[in-house]
Amino acid sequence: METYRDLPQSTYTLQTTESVRTGTWRTLRPVIDQSKCVRCYACWKFCPDLSIEVHEEGDYPKVDYDHCKGCGICSNECPKQAIQMVREESVCSI
Amino acid sequence: MLDLMTANAAAAKAAMLARVEVIAAYPITPQTSISEKLAEMCANNELRAKYIKVESEHSAMAALIGASFIGARTFTATSSQGLALMHEMLFWAAGARRPIVMPVVSRALGPPWNIWTDHMDVMGERDTGWLQFFCENNQETLDMILMAYRIAEDRDIMLPAMVIEDGFILSHTFEKVDVPAIEEVDFYLHPFNPDVKVNLNKPRRYGSLVMPDWAMEFRYNNALAMERAKKKVVEAGTAFKKAFGRDYGGLLEEYRCEDAEVALVIVGSAAGTAKVSADRMRERGKKVGVLKLRAFRPFPSDELLAVGKRVGTIGVFDRSYTYGQGGAIFGEVRNALFPLAGQVRTKGYIGGLGGRDVTENDFEKIFEDLLAISSGGKAGKEIEWVALKDGSLRW
Amino acid sequence: MPKFTLPKEEYISKGHSGCAGCGATLLARHVLKGLGPRTIINAPACCWSVVQGVWPRAALKVPVIDHAFECTGAVSSGIRAALDIKGIEDVTVVGFAGDGGTVDIGLQALSGAIDRRTDFIYVMYDNEAYMNTGIQRSGCTPLYAWTNTTPGGSSCACNESPKKRIMEMLIENGISYGATVSIAYPEDIVAKVKKAKNIRGTKFIHALSSCPPGWKISPAKSVEVARLATQTGVFPLYEYEDGAFAMSKDIKSRPVEDYLMVQGRYKHLTKEMIAEIQRAVDAGYEALKAKCGKGAGSAV
Repeated sequence: METYRDLPQSTYTLQTTESVRTGTWRTLRPVIDQSKCVRCYACWKFCPDLSIEVHEEGDYPKVDYDHCKGCGICSNECPKQAIQMVREESVCSI
Repeated sequence: MLDLMTANAAAAKAAMLARVEVIAAYPITPQTSISEKLAEMCANNELRAKYIKVESEHSAMAALIGASFIGARTFTATSSQGLALMHEMLFWAAGARRPIVMPVVSRALGPPWNIWTDHMDVMGERDTGWLQFFCENNQETLDMILMAYRIAEDRDIMLPAMVIEDGFILSHTFEKVDVPAIEEVDFYLHPFNPDVKVNLNKPRRYGSLVMPDWAMEFRYNNALAMERAKKKVVEAGTAFKKAFGRDYGGLLEEYRCEDAEVALVIVGSAAGTAKVSADRMRERGKKVGVLKLRAFRPFPSDELLAVGKRVGTIGVFDRSYTYGQGGAIFGEVRNALFPLAGQVRTKGYIGGLGGRDVTENDFEKIFEDLLAISSGGKAGKEIEWVALKDGSLRW
Repeated sequence: MPKFTLPKEEYISKGHSGCAGCGATLLARHVLKGLGPRTIINAPACCWSVVQGVWPRAALKVPVIDHAFECTGAVSSGIRAALDIKGIEDVTVVGFAGDGGTVDIGLQALSGAIDRRTDFIYVMYDNEAYMNTGIQRSGCTPLYAWTNTTPGGSSCACNESPKKRIMEMLIENGISYGATVSIAYPEDIVAKVKKAKNIRGTKFIHALSSCPPGWKISPAKSVEVARLATQTGVFPLYEYEDGAFAMSKDIKSRPVEDYLMVQGRYKHLTKEMIAEIQRAVDAGYEALKAKCGKGAGSAV
């Protein structure tokens, strides 16, 4: 998008927000301990940012660190305390 | 087919001929009979449209914006307080580039309550991005609505349009109107098929939040669309003449201005009265003319400038007042004529507010005043209120 | 065997601008799971004007028409009228608005749409204040809740007016289906919107949507606090259809204090205020149960 000539007529959108890396927002990150996880998928259900990924039934949930905002809902909702929230500085940056 | 009808009936007929698909209706004097006529037409299947009985004018405009985004041809009508209530959504309709066409039956705003014609309602909306067309008579009202759809829905324009008919003077007065056959209108107006509309296979957000880095450019594009509308108004008029035989002269009608010494810029029904006065003056050998603006938005600055090069004194009659420099049209005319500052003399007249009748005698006095200025007399007041009860015997 | 209890398809994108722990985005995610892709949403000025992201990007994978604050009911009527005239019958029209935009400034348009029996689903995500503008009191702000316009002080307590009884008002207005839902019970959300989709007329979904900044809770507690609202009877889950009420989950089992005192917006409450709230919640719950009868038509 260089000039006004490149704009669409009227202000409609051209793509989804997927390319926005909201992972940069967080100060805490969830870490899933698979040994405790029972694959109830509560974390997947309750993530407002779709940052807990489960591709197929039976898979263990994985965190999408590009988008996870570190809200901690997954950790709070996990019935087995399998998810810990750790400070972002304590891990390598993405 | 020749018939006798009010401008409101003509407007409803035009909506039917245009095969509008979604109508939002809310009553307000003097527009109400447009909504009533359309209700009858829909109830009798004369018009196959969805008729939404909205609960306010603000909702009327909102509903039509939604309908237009689905790709439906939309219509509503209002006046005065209703137009003012829609104000927020008028900006939305124009900004979203939805070609809604709306007759506005011009009426003063309160306080005090006043149901008669005045242009303060439509002039209050001149910054919204809507096209604004003024009609002199009932025939022009019907014809202009058809032209308005053609102009507004053009894929390079896509701006909403107001077609203004003066309250009671036109809306409730019977005149001869030639109603075209709907089959002929189908050739002139194709079905509404916008490029930009909701597509379930390509979901988009219509509206969005644009940051300052691109907001101006979107606005610029809307400004360019308004500029492009000038050519489109002329084109739609030429095509209309070809299809139906009536020629309105484009953005601006010059009446007896070829060799005029003075000319009066005017809009709406009073233009007809001014033309009668001009004829009387001409019979007495006075070289006067009338410049009837048909389009106020887009504003015909080039056309006015061209006239200004030939006619040395130009008066402007406004049926509105801005609390700034006189009436709304006066300021814009002077702006357009500024390159000729020093060569052209101008004067503004405010009159007919709140439905006050403007007579042939009033216009003759205006022409006399302009002629006096033209022959070197002092302009006196730059802006004069016509037939004001100020104790003077001037009018 | 691990199982999904919700449809897998997502109609909302990652990378949206919702706050961490935003209840409204979780709600939208589950509402759309229930409705599917043949859905057109219209939304007024509200958190969702911003949550959807900045142009040229958008967070929802269904078409969305933005508009001004008051108009959700009206725009919904317009969309439905246009779909009708075009003969498109299999699209769900959804108005998605916050509490302020519904019970205050949006009430007239919603009432008009219901009066016209416009066929659409109205989802009010209730975060109990004008949150997008920074936490100001709305008609849905509960009694004694702190907001920036009901901050309380020496002359008055925080928010001295009770929450507007919007469901009751709209039932009288003529909705064909009404339901309360909560982000803590996503299966219930999906079931109810699926049911609403197949009912004609205006359907009103009142969704409790927690707001970490506005309620002064940790984002991590967002779902838990919503659950406590139902477990304490503050926000019961029920349905209304054709004059009949049905309780979705009769689980009131905890004192209101458990819900109130985990939120910073209630930390100033005195014992008397809590007792007053408890009495009101108890009375409201009993009245609802009395209306519910045999629980016919329960979605879950």
